Order: sequence, then C-alpha cells, then structure tokens
Amino acid sequence: MIIDINFIGLIIASIMASAVPLILASCGELITERSGVLNLGVEGMMIIGAISGFALMTVTGSLIIAIFGAMLAGVLISTIFAFLTQTLITNHVATGLALTIFGIGISAMIGKNFVGIPGKEFPVLFENLKDTIPLIGPILFGHSIVFYFAFALPFVTNYFLKKTKLGLIVRAVGDSPVSASNQGIKVRLVRYLCILYGGAMSGLAGAYLSMIYTPQWIENMTGGRGWIALALVVFSTWNPIKILIGAMIFGGLTIIQFHMQAIGVRIPVQFLTALPYIVTIIVLVVISRDSRKIRLSTPSSLGKSFHKDN
Amino acid sequence: MHKIFIRSFVSSLVLLFTLTVTAIAKDVKAAFVYIGPTGDHGWTYQHDVGRKAVEAAGFKTTYVEGVPESADAERVLRQLANSGHDIIFTTSFGYMNPTNKVAKEFPNVKFEHATGYKREHANVSTYAARFYEGRTILGTIAGTMTKSNVIGYVASFPIPEVIRGINSFTLAAQKVNPNIKTKIVWAFTWYDPGKEAEAAKALIDQGADVIAQHTDSTAIVQMAEKAGVYAFGQASDMDKFAPKAVLTSVENNWGPYYVDRVKAVANGTWNQKDTWHGIGDGMVVISDLDSQMPADLRSKVKKLQADLASGKVHSFTGPIYDQKGNLMVAEGKTADDGMLAGMMTYVKGVEGDIPK
Repeated sequence: MIIDINFIGLIIASIMASAVPLILASCGELITERSGVLNLGVEGMMIIGAISGFALMTVTGSLIIAIFGAMLAGVLISTIFAFLTQTLITNHVATGLALTIFGIGISAMIGKNFVGIPGKEFPVLFENLKDTIPLIGPILFGHSIVFYFAFALPFVTNYFLKKTKLGLIVRAVGDSPVSASNQGIKVRLVRYLCILYGGAMSGLAGAYLSMIYTPQWIENMTGGRGWIALALVVFSTWNPIKILIGAMIFGGLTIIQFHMQAIGVRIPVQFLTALPYIVTIIVLVVISRDSRKIRLSTPSSLGKSFHKDN
Repeated sequence: MHKIFIRSFVSSLVLLFTLTVTAIAKDVKAAFVYIGPTGDHGWTYQHDVGRKAVEAAGFKTTYVEGVPESADAERVLRQLANSGHDIIFTTSFGYMNPTNKVAKEFPNVKFEHATGYKREHANVSTYAARFYEGRTILGTIAGTMTKSNVIGYVASFPIPEVIRGINSFTLAAQKVNPNIKTKIVWAFTWYDPGKEAEAAKALIDQGADVIAQHTDSTAIVQMAEKAGVYAFGQASDMDKFAPKAVLTSVENNWGPYYVDRVKAVANGTWNQKDTWHGIGDGMVVISDLDSQMPADLRSKVKKLQADLASGKVHSFTGPIYDQKGNLMVAEGKTADDGMLAGMMTYVKGVEGDIPK
C-alpha cells in the first residue's frame, strides 16, 4: 500500500466531489428553513433536477441549457409546494413528503426513454494545473464549475444571512412572521422566494449527479441523498459552515471506508458502512452543543403556517 | 421506509392499470414480477428485455415493477393469478416463499421463480443462470490485461451468487497470472451509482487497473473510463458507456427461456423443472471482445467460451483450496451444483473475510 502525498490529494478530491450534491441541496434547504418553511421534498426536487438535466443535455446537446433547465425544473416543482403551503396553507410536512413521492414517480415516467443512454463529458477547469503542485493540485484543480460553486456557496450563504439586509429579512420571517408582517415585510412573498431558491439548488444538486458525477440516468439515482441533505441542515443547527463540515465528514467516511476495505482493515464491513451516518451525527452534535447559539439560529416558526389575518 | 411505501403505492397503481388492460385478452397470458424499476439498466431491465421477447412471440404480458420481497409480493402474486394469468415469473430470490405459498392456492397457474431452490408444488419451477461461467472469462481477461497485478472488485451483498462470482473470477485470473491480487470492496447495494462510483474510485486510487463489478449500474465503467483503467459490463452490454474501458460484458439473456416456457404453457407441455443455464444454452452471453485486447488473448477467450459452452471446461475444476488451505474440490473433479449453490467460502488467493 503506497501512501504518497498525491494519493492523499486524490482521496481528498474524491471526498469533495462526493460532498457537492449534499452541500448544494443543504444550503438551498437552509434558506428555505430559515424563512420558516420546512420542505421535506428535497429528494423529490433533486431527482427532478437529475432527470431534467440529463434529458435536456441529451435532447438539446447543450450543457448550459441542461444545467439551468435542471435548476428551473427544481423551481417549478417547488412552486407547487410553495403554492400549496403558502397560498392554500397546507401542512408543510405532508406536502413535502408528497412532493418527494411525486418527484420520484414523475422522474421515472419522464426518464423511461433516457435509460441506457451514456451522458456527455462535462468540461473541467484548470486541468493542466493539476500536477503542478503536489497534494494541493488535485484538490484545487481539474473540477467542474458546479464543484467550485458548491464550495463557495456555504460562505456566500453565511454572509448573506449574517451581513445583508435581505438575509435579516429572511431570518425575521422565519423567526416571527407576525412581527415581520407588522413591519411591512411581505412574509408570503419572502417565503415563496426562499422555497423557489431551495428548489433551484436541489435541482442543481440532482443535475450534478446525473450530468457530472455519474453521467447517466437511472431511476432513483439520487439514492436518498436528499434525505441526508435534510438531516445535515438540522444537525448543523442551520449553520452553512457546519453544513460544509458535515457534508465533508459524510462524504469522507463513505470514501475512506471503501479504502479501508480495499486495504484489508479487519473491521466488520457493516460497521464501516454505518460509520458515515454515525460519525457525522456525533460530530455535528458535538460542535453545535451550545444551546444559546442553537436557540439563536433555529428558525422559531419553522414548519408553522402563516395566516395573514392573525 | 419511504421507499417501500412509494414502491408499493406505485406498484399498486401499475397493477391496477395493467390488470384493466389485460383483463380483455383470451390467449396465454404471462405476468412478470420485478424487484426493481425497469429503468435500472441492470437486473430488472434485462428481465424486461426477456418479457418483450415474449410479447414479440405473440403473447400478452403484464409486469409489476418495484415489488418488495415482503407480504406485498404475495398480494401482487394473488392478484395476478386471480386476473387470468397462466404463467407468472417472479424474478428475485426473495420471492421464493411468497411464490410457493401462492402457487399452492392456484394449482392451475404456472409459477417460475428465478434464482431460488424451493419447488414445493407441482406448478412451481425454478430457473437461474450460471453467471459464474461469464466471470471465468472476465477473470482470464483481467489476469492477462493487468499491469499493476492489482484487480479491483466491487461486490454487492455476501450471498452465494456473489461469492461464487468472486471465486470463479479469481481462480481464472490466477490461472493466467499467479501474481495477481484481487481487492474486494463491498458496497452493500445493488444499485446506487454514486456509491458504486466511489467504491471503484477507491480501488483505482489504490492501484487497481482492472475493475470488475457485481452491482448493477454503469457508474463503475464510467469511472474506469475517466481514470483510464479497464472494466467489464454487468448484465447488459455497457460498451457505449465506456468504449475505452469496457473490454467485454456478461449479458443476462432471459428471452429464449421465457419464450420457451410460455410456449410450453400454450402447447400444454409445461412441466416442473429446475433450470440452471449457462453460456452453452445462451442464457449467459459474452459481448463483443474489445479490440484493445491482444489477438492471442481474444482467440484464447473465444476458445474458453466454446469449451465452457460444451462443458469441456468447468469454472470450478480441482484442485481448489479454501483460504485456510483446506481442499474444497479434489484434483480432476469439478464442484457439483449443490456446492456451487451454497458457496459461502472464499477460495485461496482471495483476500479478506466475507462480511458476516
């Protein structure tokens, strides 16, 4: 077993690549939840993004149309959710679950004709710089644009929520929609936009899977990653930087356990397979144990419907 | 949990629809019960290709996809049997008990259960394919083509079918190249492109330059293509997903058997049997050999294929030892079907332990 510095670089790079869909979907859902809306439809929106991206890429041949089309598809399906929960004031949990079931079903239906078609190669950036710096080279260079976007997103999201007026509005709406409404903020509009943004990010996460990570379409290809993204939001106590840490630990352990198996570490494989779930939860619980901070960052009216007239 | 719920929900809808559609026909009707979606491009997809062959032969068919291996299976089987189907194919191991249970209630309906061994009633047959013969071919190619002498193998679940494949592959690879090492990684899934790709990447990063798989998606061959190593297609010809990486594929070809059995029902000649077909009967098909393989290897493989088909060569020919060095199959003998069906020990040369 050779452990050279480039080998470690390669492992870190593959960990980061596997964390991308989780970061995208979690950061999107984070904004939705910060505005007080609990959307359990992440898995459904992701799979819709996956099939839309793949189908558009196959039909139009354009990667740009496909990527934006997948985000748009995420927006469209989340519009249904927004209409139901914000305009018709339905229950968030039930509507979100229905959205997931709907997404999985409809993606399978659209996808029937796209099974067994190979995807296109997605261009990567700075490929030639990969071998110039040991260790750092494979980590920093030779990735798709979506990859770089995903790793910038938690910091941008953090800045948005903490330092901008819009971020303050989103948090105000999530904490106390009644007070926000009294201040003249259009609560319903803000929540609509936050839901649509979450849909766009989930759609992008799905497109990353079907167009870049494993370029193909098969049914259910998101494999529960939407649920993991949802869990990351909660366990990170609605903090985008901790989402990044959680996604890296989760992706990291999934990949490292495969390496441990291949090296022949004598630990029961079932335990190794469960490791990512266990450790991610433990670490996030430990780093977020300050109860005062949890209270501050938890959107107080999460999942509660807002009636304009009360 | 949500998956099971969705699956049963979707399957009941599909069932409702298909039952309405098929209730009007009068000739022999065949039904197929699938564990996965027909869109998996793997196990279920290949069974559905077989179903389409039955349709093409002029019979009415019905299928229900995504049926859990639970009480749901019984319910689906009962509904299919009740709605005038003459023969029902249950295409996953876990349908074994439901199939036998429902078969007892419907003695006039024929049941065909894939990969199982229970035939408790006269109207139940079982069938399976000798995929391990295909893996003997893959092992021979892998052992010859590897330069690093490290071969990666992405496995799904520790069941005899998978262990048999690993053993058959390793024995063949060692025969042509005694220095090879087979590294096995258990993905604990049949079907999760992301996870399969990650498992393959880990093996490639650790020096494997040929990757074999016993999971269903095309993610592994695509990862191999990206990394510039060789791989083999699983269940269907995966060459177009990774033209440079895929050296050949082992295809599951159920069509001829399905047509044969449905015709037997139509002619009244159907009888109970246990079928285990391999390359010789065309149930296991080796796709075109890639031109990157040297000509002498290609002709060697062709010959091996012919010998496996004729029975001149058996994948498990002694002497075969287990990992501890105990004799499993004596020199000059071949492993019998009973041993193959219950194979749960690695042969010598495979590294690591079988997960328990």
